[in-house]
Amino acid sequence: MRPVTAEEIESLAIGAWILGTGGGGSPYLALLNMRQLYKQGVVCRLMDASELADDDLVAVVSNMGAPLVGQERLTDPKTMALAVTMMEEYLGRKFRALMSLEIGGGNSIQPFMGAAMLDLPVIDGDCMGRAFPEAQMTSFAIHDLRMYPLTLADVRDNAVVVARAASWKWMERISRKACVEVGSIASTCKAPRTGKEIKECAILGSTTKAIGIGRAVQAARRAHRDPIDAVLDVTGGIKIFGGKIHDIARRTTEGFLRGTATIEGLDQFRGHAFKLAFQNEFAVGWLDGDPRVMTPDLICVLDTVAGDAIGTETLRYGQRVTVIALPAPPILLTPKGIEHVGPRAFGYDLDFRSVFA
Amino acid sequence: MRRRIGIDVGGTNTDAVLLEEDAVVATVKTPTTPDVTTGITRALAGLVERAPAAREAQAVMIGTTHFTNAVVQRRDLGRVAAVRIGLPSGASLPPFVDWPEDLADLVRAEVVMLEGGHEFDGRPLVPFDARGMRAAARRIRETGIRSVAVAAVFSPLNATCEEEAAAILRDACPDVAVTCSHRLGRIGLLERENAALLNACLIELARKTTRAFTEALRGSGIAAPLYLTQNDGTVMLAEVAETYPVYSFASGPTNSMRGAAFLSKRDEALVIDVGGTTTDIGSLRHGFPREANSVVEIGGVRTLFRMPDLLSLGLGGGTLVRREPALTIGPASVGYRLTEQALVFGGDVLTVTDVAVAAGLIDLGDRSRVASLPGALVDAALTHIRAMIEEGVDRVSEVLNVPHQAVANAVGAAIAQVSGEVDQIFQDLTRDEAIARARQAAEDKAVAAGADRATINVVEVEDLPLAYLPGNSLRTRVRVVGEIARQP
Repeated sequence: MRPVTAEEIESLAIGAWILGTGGGGSPYLALLNMRQLYKQGVVCRLMDASELADDDLVAVVSNMGAPLVGQERLTDPKTMALAVTMMEEYLGRKFRALMSLEIGGGNSIQPFMGAAMLDLPVIDGDCMGRAFPEAQMTSFAIHDLRMYPLTLADVRDNAVVVARAASWKWMERISRKACVEVGSIASTCKAPRTGKEIKECAILGSTTKAIGIGRAVQAARRAHRDPIDAVLDVTGGIKIFGGKIHDIARRTTEGFLRGTATIEGLDQFRGHAFKLAFQNEFAVGWLDGDPRVMTPDLICVLDTVAGDAIGTETLRYGQRVTVIALPAPPILLTPKGIEHVGPRAFGYDLDFRSVFA
Repeated sequence: MRRRIGIDVGGTNTDAVLLEEDAVVATVKTPTTPDVTTGITRALAGLVERAPAAREAQAVMIGTTHFTNAVVQRRDLGRVAAVRIGLPSGASLPPFVDWPEDLADLVRAEVVMLEGGHEFDGRPLVPFDARGMRAAARRIRETGIRSVAVAAVFSPLNATCEEEAAAILRDACPDVAVTCSHRLGRIGLLERENAALLNACLIELARKTTRAFTEALRGSGIAAPLYLTQNDGTVMLAEVAETYPVYSFASGPTNSMRGAAFLSKRDEALVIDVGGTTTDIGSLRHGFPREANSVVEIGGVRTLFRMPDLLSLGLGGGTLVRREPALTIGPASVGYRLTEQALVFGGDVLTVTDVAVAAGLIDLGDRSRVASLPGALVDAALTHIRAMIEEGVDRVSEVLNVPHQAVANAVGAAIAQVSGEVDQIFQDLTRDEAIARARQAAEDKAVAAGADRATINVVEVEDLPLAYLPGNSLRTRVRVVGEIARQP
């Protein structure tokens, strides 16, 4: 267990936005909350999963809802803490620590907000290693762990316990319905996990990894080096393409932001075209019409100069972007993992082939 | 005869132009003065001297960076009470939360947070705490605060909470200026609230400045109404600018792009504006600059102002050319010290201007001072510069050097129109229906701002389906512009 500095939270916000692979929501407002809390003297602690006893309980948390609503109903650490304490009341047991559902985007910081209120440590890990759009796209689902109960709290003191669900899909449907009813933004505490489950089924070390990516970007900027090279260095990632956004089409279907972006090559990629398809997060990329990179390999689109991640909602014509691929956590690459989060899970009739293979 | 005067008050020069119909008939360039108005008076006097018909102009448009500079330089700012309506949500992130501390200390007089606000679908979040608002209004009266900014959750979709708060304030303290956030911005509470706070702290300066502008105009014997240009290439009446000074933020680059569009008679073009430090490349669509989506910071404060989407290259007349260890150009620049430091002006710094003079592209300063530059160096530097610009532009069929380009900003001001914009979430409508509704609302706004309805055109339609919101939610933004209606 070790204290997390305010600087590390800043790095986490940058790194997590990159790991968001276009989704997960901007960490900006969560970061602002952490700055406020640290100003008040809060210091969060990061805990290695190995420090957990097998029968400890861990709260897996996330903010749920529409990113746009989150820009008006600003996220608040009290609501996150409420979802966690409600789960404790329902279970009649106390949590030992909090953990993030997804390390990609704003949800990387949510457990720190809750932990600050509850004086609990945060586990160094998550269950996606990135961001994904659906509830069954987690390492816990791949391991067939139980998906209930779930608690959901909104800022007005409305709260829901989903005591049971027949499947991950049902859990998604029921909790989504409750979320919409309270204004499409809510704090959730997912099915509680034992220390043993965390140690065996979570994607461990992803918080440290995100902090490291953010720190590399910041250091590169300070030294006027290329921040994208810095990201590739610390992650073992690959530069896939670089150019200008030439066309962008978005639509929502079944509550997801789907669409495509076309990039026209510049520099070493001049004369080539790259197409990206997304469902909240980037799913598949084609180089001159041939599949080049696909989920679960992480497909990240970064501002070519600043190295900041660009979300699928903020892509726009003319942006200068670099597409990079980062290796996916091994659990996502197993046959069962590919079933849950491979290209076919997103509706693409492609056999998964990793760019790192 | 349609006569319009455009004035651009820049950091260095104040430019004025007279347009008769679509022809530039007189131009004036004078140094900007510290009080701004003296420079304007001089520019107008120069214009009238060259073209006495300037007195019969039907409209005068001023583009100024005065209000942006006040924020950036932290001067002449008023103290403001912030009223946030949205509790119990957002309690952990109060107004001024992400402001630079020096600016917040200067502006923040009082922070009031009250229950109220709305959901994305227009339902109330919780009932509005009118009683709390009345108590706050009494406190504001007692403390002598002169300006209040009000921001409510989802006010762009439902403004009733902000309007009710404003009514209570007007009732309790009639002398206090009230800025409502829904008048200024889009979805994004903190950024919209920031815009309202910036506006509120500029409101006294705006009153003083626009009145001084009007006096300068009257002193020059010009009876036409006065407009100020906005960041979107349109104008607002001086009376409106008194109340909404933030609308003038960043109108400079917009005026330059609009001016270039007008002078080149092209509606679809890339505009390359070469300055001393940067080359700014923007894209014109339907004669208006394409706007950036991203967050724009003013004096360190995040806002959602509509700004031209510019690619800024560190390449201007004063940009440094280094020979060792390898040839590099920029991004550092000698800036306004060009006339002391560049080789051709007797200095010892090799700049892009020196390269251009050595290559015979321009005639400036003392050409003999660059005669000894190796030809290979000059060629290599030009190749490098060409590559930098080529990366910023593509598929260009023709390069135009426009007449009167030195006063393009003032021309851009002179041709400004009136706009109306709507940015709203529509549910359970087809895309066409949502756009039609947004268009109607935008036209009504433009007419209310002084546009002639018969001349209104749609210049931008953008729709973004919203992930995770029910009922086919579509965020639709429509912007229309029209000519200024002739005074009755």
